[in-house]
Amino acid sequence: MAILASENTKIIIQGITGREATTFTKDLLDYGAAVVAGITPGKGGWEVYGVPVFDTVKQAVEAHPADASIISVPPAMVKGAAFEAIDNGIKLVVIVTERVPRRDVVEIVAFARANGARVIGPNSLGLISPHKTKVGMVGGRAEDVKKAYSEGNVGIISRSGGMTTEIANLLTLNGIGQSTCISIGGDAIVGSNYLDLIPLFAEDEQTKAVVIFCEPGGNVEESLAEMVTKENIKLPIVAFVAGRFADEMPGVRFGHAAAIVEGNRGTTKGKIEKFKEAGIMVAEEFKEIITHLKSVL
Amino acid sequence: MRLFEHESKKVFKLNGIPVPENQVVESPDEITIDGPAVLKVQIPSGGRKKAGGVLFSQNKDESRKKAAELIGKEIKGFKVKKVLVENQLDIDAEYFMAVTYDSARQRPVVIFSREGGIDIEELAEKSPEKIVRRDIDTAKGVFEHQMREVVAQSGADSRSVLKVGAILYRLVQVFMNYDATLAEINPLVRTKDGNFIAVDGHMEIDDDALYRQKKLIELLGKREESQAKKQTEFEKRAAEIDELDHRGVAGRMIEFDGNLGLLIGGGGASLTSFDAIRKHGGKPANYCEIGGNPSVFKVQELVKLILSRPGIDKIAVIMNVVSNTRVDLVARGVIKGVIESGKKPSETITVFRIPGAWEDEGFKILKKYGVQYCDRTVSIDEAAKIAVQKSV
Repeated sequence: MAILASENTKIIIQGITGREATTFTKDLLDYGAAVVAGITPGKGGWEVYGVPVFDTVKQAVEAHPADASIISVPPAMVKGAAFEAIDNGIKLVVIVTERVPRRDVVEIVAFARANGARVIGPNSLGLISPHKTKVGMVGGRAEDVKKAYSEGNVGIISRSGGMTTEIANLLTLNGIGQSTCISIGGDAIVGSNYLDLIPLFAEDEQTKAVVIFCEPGGNVEESLAEMVTKENIKLPIVAFVAGRFADEMPGVRFGHAAAIVEGNRGTTKGKIEKFKEAGIMVAEEFKEIITHLKSVL
Repeated sequence: MRLFEHESKKVFKLNGIPVPENQVVESPDEITIDGPAVLKVQIPSGGRKKAGGVLFSQNKDESRKKAAELIGKEIKGFKVKKVLVENQLDIDAEYFMAVTYDSARQRPVVIFSREGGIDIEELAEKSPEKIVRRDIDTAKGVFEHQMREVVAQSGADSRSVLKVGAILYRLVQVFMNYDATLAEINPLVRTKDGNFIAVDGHMEIDDDALYRQKKLIELLGKREESQAKKQTEFEKRAAEIDELDHRGVAGRMIEFDGNLGLLIGGGGASLTSFDAIRKHGGKPANYCEIGGNPSVFKVQELVKLILSRPGIDKIAVIMNVVSNTRVDLVARGVIKGVIESGKKPSETITVFRIPGAWEDEGFKILKKYGVQYCDRTVSIDEAAKIAVQKSV
C-alpha cells in the first residue's frame, strides 16, 4: 500500500484548460493516472485529451466520482477552488499554484481539517506512488518519470519539488524503489508537512524508511524532531538539509519563500542538531542518503 | 513587505488601537509637538535604541535639536530619512502582544506576555510560563472573550483584562484583514492615568496578498521600500535581465567574493549545489538561480553578466533532474553567453549537469564545443566536485 494515492485514486483537475494544467493532464494520462474529469467554469462541455470538462466540481463528481483534485488556477482563485473541492467531498487536494496568500492557505487547511480532507501544497509539484499513479506535476513527462522513479519501500517528503525527483533518481540508480514521494511545497505554511505525513508512512506496511529534504527557515523540522522523540516513532528517517551556507547570511532571501533565515530559529545548524538528538539520520552530503538507507533496509 | 513603525501605527490607529500622539518628520522644523517627547528613527530594523536611534527630549526646541542630530545619520546601515516624534508617557505597566503564523501547526497564533518591552525570545527561553500562546482556528472564527482569556491566563491584574483583551482582539483583526504575517505591539503600556497605548509595534504584510491590499497601499502613500539588504548594481542588473522575458526564473543574484561563477537551480537544488561547491573547497562568486524554462536569451545574458566581473573565468552549471526545463535551450544559452564574453566554452564551463527533458539535444550541443557535461548518473555532489577541481 502506498500512502495518499494508489492506482484506484480517481482524479479531477480544477483549471484543466489552463496552459500548465493541459500539459500535465497529458503527462498524467500517459503515466496511467485515472484522470476522470476537469473543471473550468464557463468551459463545461469541452474536452482536454479526452477528459470531459465541467463548470463545477459538483457536476464533475456526480458524473465521475473522484477522490482527489489537482488545483491549478490563479492565486486569487485557489481558496475558492479548494473550498469547492472539499465541500463536494474530495478528500485529497493537491495545490500546484504558487504565490497563494498565507491567510488563504491557513483557511483552506482549517476547512479541510473540519471536513476530513487533506491538502498538499500550495506551490507543490504533487505526489507520486511509482508505477501506480501520480497526482500533480512531479517528474514531468511520463517517460522522464519512468527514468527517475521506481516502485519500492522508501518514502520521500521534500520541500523542494525538483529535489523530490532528484532524490528518487538517486534511489533508483542505487536499486532502491519508492513507495510514495511527496513534494509538499516550498512555502512557509503548507497543507501537509513532515508532521502530518511521517505518521502516515509509519503506519504504511510498504514503507520501510523515509528520506526528507529540508531547507532553512520555519520550525517544522525542529517540531518533527520533537515529535519523533515524543511519539517514539520507529520508522527510520534520513534527512538531507540543504542551505548550510545560508546560516552565515542572516536576512538574505534565497529562492524558496521559506528559506528566509532570521535570528537563530530556522537555521540549518539548529535543524541538524535537533535531528541528531532525535535519532534521525542526517546525510552530510547527498550521496550519504544511500549509505544511511542501506544501513536500515 | 515590512512596514515602518509609523506606518504600522497608522494602521493601528485606524483600527481602534490607541497610539501616542505623534508626528513623522523629515526635517526638524516640521516638529510641532511640545513637551517631553521621544524621537525614533524610522528604519527597517529592530534594536534602534541600542544603536542610538532613540532619543528623549524635554520640549519642542530640544526635539528639533535632537531630530537634526538623527536625520541623515547612518544607523544599523540605513540612512535616516524620517523621525517619529511622540509624546512621552507616564508608564505604569508594559505588555507584549503579537499575532503571527505557526508554520508547523498551520494556524495563526496569538502570543501574549504581561512583561513587555523585553526580548521576547529570551523570555521564552528563561521563563516560558510567562508567555501565553493560543492558536486560532479560522474555521471556527476568533472571539473577543478568547482574547480576554489569554490576558487573564497571563496573570495580568483583573482591571486590565477587559481593555487589553479588546486591544488584542483588534490586533488579531488587523492581522487577518491586512494579510499580515506578523502584527506586534511591544510594549503596550498602561499609563499612570489608566489608559492603554501601543508605544511601539510593527507589521509585516504578505507579499503574495498585496494585490488585494490596495486600500492599505493607498493609506501608506508613497513609500520607500524597506529592504533588509541593499541590492548591489550587479544584483540589480540580474533582476533586470529576469524581467526582460517572462519565461523561467533566471535571477535572484547574490554576489560573493569567490572566483567560480554559478548558474544553479531550482530552489532546493541550488541550495544543495552551493553547499556542495563549498564543501569541496570551491569559492562561489555568486548565487544565481535558474529555473522554470528560461529562454536562450535570458540564460545568455546571465552568463555574460556573471563573466563580466573581474577575476571570474570559470562557471559551473548545475540543476536537479528537470522535467519542464529544456536542457538544450539552457545549453545553447550558456554556450552563447560564454562565446559573446570572448571566452572558450571548453575552458570556461567547468561542468554542465542538467539531466532531463531534451537532454540528448543539449548534450549534442555541449559535445560540439568540447564542454564537460554529465547525465543523471552523476550526482549534484559529484558535479560540484568536478567544478571545484577545474576552478582552482
